[in-house]
Amino acid sequence: MNMTAEAIAVKPINLTADHLAQDQSTTITVGEISSPNPRMECRDVNVWYNANQAIKNVSLDIGQNEVIAMIGPSGCGKSTFLRCLNRMNDTIPAARVEGSIQLDGQEIQDKSIDVVPLRARVGMVFQKPNPFPKSIYENIAYGPRIHGLTNSRAELDELVETSLQRAGLWKEVKDRLDAPGTGLSGGQQQRLCIARTLSVSPEVILMDEPCSALDPIATAIIEELIDELRQQYTIAIVTHSMQQAARVSQRTAYFHLGDLVEVGTTDDIFNQPKHKLTEDYITGRFG
Amino acid sequence: MSPSLLLFIILAAMALAYHLGRKRAIGVAGGITQINRLHSLPAYYGYYAALWVGLPSLLLLLFWAGLQGQILTALTLAELPLETTANLSEGQLSLLVSDIRNLADGNLMGREPSAEVEAAAAHYQRLQGIATATLWALVGAMVLAGMAWAWQHTTPSFRARNRVESIAMIVLILFSSIAILTTLGIVLSVLFESIRFFQQVPWTEFLFGTKWSPQIALRAEQVGASGAFGAIPLFTGTLLISFIAMLLAVPVGLLSAVYLAEYAPRQVRAWAKPVLEILAGIPTVVYGFFAALTVAPFMRGLGESVGLDIASESALAAGLVMGIMIIPFVSSLSEDVINAVPQSLRDGSYALGATQSETIRRVIFPAALPGIVGGVLLAVSRAIGETMIVVMAAGLAANLTANPFESVTTVTVQIVTLLTGDQEFDSAKTLAAFALGLTLFVVTLILNVIALHIVRKYREQYE
Repeated sequence: MNMTAEAIAVKPINLTADHLAQDQSTTITVGEISSPNPRMECRDVNVWYNANQAIKNVSLDIGQNEVIAMIGPSGCGKSTFLRCLNRMNDTIPAARVEGSIQLDGQEIQDKSIDVVPLRARVGMVFQKPNPFPKSIYENIAYGPRIHGLTNSRAELDELVETSLQRAGLWKEVKDRLDAPGTGLSGGQQQRLCIARTLSVSPEVILMDEPCSALDPIATAIIEELIDELRQQYTIAIVTHSMQQAARVSQRTAYFHLGDLVEVGTTDDIFNQPKHKLTEDYITGRFG
Repeated sequence: MSPSLLLFIILAAMALAYHLGRKRAIGVAGGITQINRLHSLPAYYGYYAALWVGLPSLLLLLFWAGLQGQILTALTLAELPLETTANLSEGQLSLLVSDIRNLADGNLMGREPSAEVEAAAAHYQRLQGIATATLWALVGAMVLAGMAWAWQHTTPSFRARNRVESIAMIVLILFSSIAILTTLGIVLSVLFESIRFFQQVPWTEFLFGTKWSPQIALRAEQVGASGAFGAIPLFTGTLLISFIAMLLAVPVGLLSAVYLAEYAPRQVRAWAKPVLEILAGIPTVVYGFFAALTVAPFMRGLGESVGLDIASESALAAGLVMGIMIIPFVSSLSEDVINAVPQSLRDGSYALGATQSETIRRVIFPAALPGIVGGVLLAVSRAIGETMIVVMAAGLAANLTANPFESVTTVTVQIVTLLTGDQEFDSAKTLAAFALGLTLFVVTLILNVIALHIVRKYREQYE
């Protein structure tokens, strides 16, 4: 990035002015928030951690068989928003979520909704690979077992195999299913976690910076995998890498300080952003 | 002219030396503005001077304090007429020595001292005076020599910081070797006394004998003259009580740890943890009389009401109270281990739709298990070594039984009974205590080694 001294000096002033403007009135999202074929519909979602508001009036649809990328500078609330979609914020005592989040027309914020089947339908892959300290086989079999998805050992074996195959890991591990999952390389561990998520047949998969702990080759394999998974699943991915967002997603949502600033097709966002903040972020002025 | 005054003077000299060394360093650098010409900060030259002034004289003082008494005594005894000391036993000799020292120190004696003792005391006093004067002179010389040495070595290129660092390391090594050598000394003294015991009683009888009756014949053909030193009843008693204790402590401690680590709201944890820690802070003697005066009679009464015969000093009562004592040990170690399981594993499990108890049972507990086992083993070695509760509540009869309602005795109880009161320290009876102590030490050592090994292995898993 060839920045002149002048540009660097100007930058913080711009940002502060924008920042102040947003604190006083919530930004209205630029672009089309709805999707023609939505799986999840979020309306006016607000999230607080104690007194800090992390998400402000975010409305966004996540469409069938699409990959939607959420980008934005650190602390903009994109991960927090992602964690709302399968109520993972329930595990944080200080977090409070308001607004409407619907999965296939059903309100998931409703306290009468059981999170157990919800999280089976909306799976999640985390930033850091987190395989359980168990064997590769047991890592995959964990989900089907707690949900009682299989009736026999043979069925379970088959489910483990198909899950690993879908995650593109089967060939590498089929001879050592009893080896500990923690002994795999970082990229393999992350694919193991994806396979683990696939094992309970989710409909939506949330990915929270799934490649940020991986090297470029492992990243490329996962990105390819995401593209394949799109045929069967709906995927929402949070990423710090704009190149990654451009490569894997069809729609992109740009978050800034808790606001959803702009959303649109990935092409539009990267080629002709409408909002000044989006443009600044895309062109590397800050973030 | 006391050693403590001398110590104080040395410390004062060190402070002065620090000051002088610092000044000197600034001086050779050519003033406070020039100190970047020095290799190290001026303070390091000060420390260097202080260490040279203080350390040799402190070491001398320590050495002197250890040896002065012995050397002076030897010199005094050598002065005594030969016929006085020649045919004295070891005990009489030490009595004579203490008479001389007491007289020299001006302490009152119960009886009129003999002329020889008085002369010896006077001689001793004279020698003491000479020794003290010599010490002062030596310390003074060493302080000055140290200062002169440091003064001469203070040049801009002198690496004072590196020197001070290496001296600091040597001092630290000295102190840590004190701890290690003390432990070694205890182990060796127990070992040597045990060897003396095993010269009188074969180790096979001690380790495999089933009868414990530690007595020795004072005269031939005495009734009950044949003592028996079979330690098996003691070890089974110890194991029985420890087993009962763990039976109580492990489930209670573990489940409360799970509750505190995973379920408890912050406010509950804020007061529940300190309460558990208070439980750990109760002196064992308090647990002891709680066991003997409250729990044991209660158990006996309970047994009577359901038709069981429970002894008033039962293994059950001692074991239960010991279990209560160990609960905080198990729960706090387990809680640490459970908290050490990374949050990402919990998240991973919740994200698959697992409930909290499924997550705990299938992910957190297996991940924490090695650490929990390590904690439990540490608690077991604590239970085996516990003395006060069993002394008060378990009884003295060495019954070889697995019945928790009967009275049993433990290794630690027997060590206490063998060594309390007036004892001869060369009979098999008292030496048996050392053998028991050694065996107990070996058992707990093995348990601790296993526990530490498991805990370490567990740590590597996440780091």
